[in-house]
Amino acid sequence: MSVQTAEPVTGEDALGDELRGRALAVREHVLRIGAGANGAHVGGSLSAADILVALYFAVLRVRPQEPDWAGRDHFVLSKGHAGAALYATLAERGFLPVPELDTYGSPAGRLMAHPTPAVPGVEFATGSLGHGLSLATGLALAARRAGRPNRVFTLMGDGELQEGSVWEAAMAAAHLKLDNLTAVVDRNRLQISGPTEGRMGLEPLADKWRAFGWEVAEVDGHDFDELVPALRAAPASGRPTVLIAETVKGRGVRHLEHRKQSHFAKLGEAAYERALAALRASA
Amino acid sequence: MSGAPSVGSPPRPAAGDRQDGSDRAAYRATLVELAQADPRIWCLDSDMGGLEKQFEAVLPEQYVDLGIAEANLMSVGAALASTGILPFVNTMAAFASARALEQVKIDIAYHRLPVRIVATHSGLSAGQLGPTHHAQQDLAAMRTLPHMTVMTPADAAETVRMVKAAAYLPGPVYIRLGRGPTDPVYDGDAGFTVGEAVQLRTGGDVTIVAAGSHPVLFALEAADRLAARGVAATVLNMHTIKPLDVAAVVRAAERTAGIVTVEDHSLLGGLGGAVAEAVAEHRPTRVLRVGVSDAFASRPGGHRDQLTAGGVSPDRVVAAAEAVLSGRPLLPADRAGEHDRTVHSHTVHHSQTVKESAS
Repeated sequence: MSVQTAEPVTGEDALGDELRGRALAVREHVLRIGAGANGAHVGGSLSAADILVALYFAVLRVRPQEPDWAGRDHFVLSKGHAGAALYATLAERGFLPVPELDTYGSPAGRLMAHPTPAVPGVEFATGSLGHGLSLATGLALAARRAGRPNRVFTLMGDGELQEGSVWEAAMAAAHLKLDNLTAVVDRNRLQISGPTEGRMGLEPLADKWRAFGWEVAEVDGHDFDELVPALRAAPASGRPTVLIAETVKGRGVRHLEHRKQSHFAKLGEAAYERALAALRASA
Repeated sequence: MSGAPSVGSPPRPAAGDRQDGSDRAAYRATLVELAQADPRIWCLDSDMGGLEKQFEAVLPEQYVDLGIAEANLMSVGAALASTGILPFVNTMAAFASARALEQVKIDIAYHRLPVRIVATHSGLSAGQLGPTHHAQQDLAAMRTLPHMTVMTPADAAETVRMVKAAAYLPGPVYIRLGRGPTDPVYDGDAGFTVGEAVQLRTGGDVTIVAAGSHPVLFALEAADRLAARGVAATVLNMHTIKPLDVAAVVRAAERTAGIVTVEDHSLLGGLGGAVAEAVAEHRPTRVLRVGVSDAFASRPGGHRDQLTAGGVSPDRVVAAAEAVLSGRPLLPADRAGEHDRTVHSHTVHHSQTVKESAS
């Protein structure tokens, strides 16, 4: 695809096929990275994969050969531990060569486990949680004041919402009426130690965002028919939007799904083959 | 840093602005002047009080108040800077260097973004407000961040020159300001170059290196008193803590018997630490540090009171210079005027007190 606009060049069916194919490729890359010398945050990368693919292949106006293009839409991966999924998506989209993914975490390469701006397409280094929404707020404010049409997206983890700075930013973005800002919550309901609701509960999550002045939509984070229209939707006038995307940690690899143990994994050869087979079987 | 502009003339005060001799008032007037000339220069506020009148009323499109939320403030500043805006972020030193330090480290320093953090109430200048508002660790915190330029002016006039120079430095900048008015150090115009110490006095016996308004004034007063006793001191205003003017420090080490550092900051990790590191590496000589003792303030008191209690005073500078010259250690008598900074804690247990030197 030589996409510079959000619109697909072919019909919606073709787009769906494209997105499903890219999502499978991204998940395969994530598993391969997880089977590398350094392991990876596999579970949260797999839960985020469809959201990233929807953004990069159906929503964001970006130029892979010109990552700093001033007219681009901005994306900040606030849940930086899904760096493997971001790198895989950027590689699929043409920002970096796919074979480079094999250098993930290697001192010989540039792919720091958490996203680093040395990598084309990465707007901000993330990984310490609770920064992305603030960064996205600043980007949206700059675009708004300059009268530029750039939209700004950020993807947060659900456990990440326990960070207080998220709510500082939530307050600010609504106060500043940044309707060019869309946040997505990867609501996979698991953090390292267990279910979010058992560790530090987030519900009623949609009501929290509404109370902060946000437009809220709840979507299936693995269904492109829901994700793409929700991400493309014309913004609610005067209010930022949050999509609470219901997802499954480890999505796509049946024996990893809904398992907190998938949060970080270093897959041995047999485990990798088993995971890859499970992924392809469910695709 | 020879490319930095060298500017000397004081700003014309903006409407409603009152120049009281404080670095803070000088800074604010300069910021408005800079922003009027360059729409990329923005003012990010965190409910500091007054900026809404001095800046927002004049340039509303270049002003944002992020409220009392310093972590978000720093990240928003970083993001704005990534788009070509030159944000001046306004908060207190205590919050910039502790509460929001992670955002400064990752979002600003790691990305080498041109955010100008201007922090008031640095050191003990918050006075009677107490240790919650004191920032005796900000130089240590900021100078260990890669890419960060760290500066503190000696008076209101130098603040103007420093802020103008900082506006167009390529990376992030931390400027630490005080709170209240201080006496001028400079008569008339003077030059300013980021990273170059200003030699205020020349003498061959001992060198006093100072940073910040009270410390520089203390250094000058001490130099006068030493001169009356026949001791000639060089006085350096080390307005830039990072990058440190190592050449000036090495010259001082070569040409005088030793160095006394003076700062409104903890003895640990600030100007004294930076000078000692440079001397140890390049030209070992004795360095005695005059700085705030490693303890929290235990009593209310104004800025000068807090400095005296913490161990920063002209007396202490004189004593340290004499100790350097005679090769003697600092003695208990040199600590005259310093308060016991023991904090009696009632929150741990009523029968316990936290003693600095528990037996």
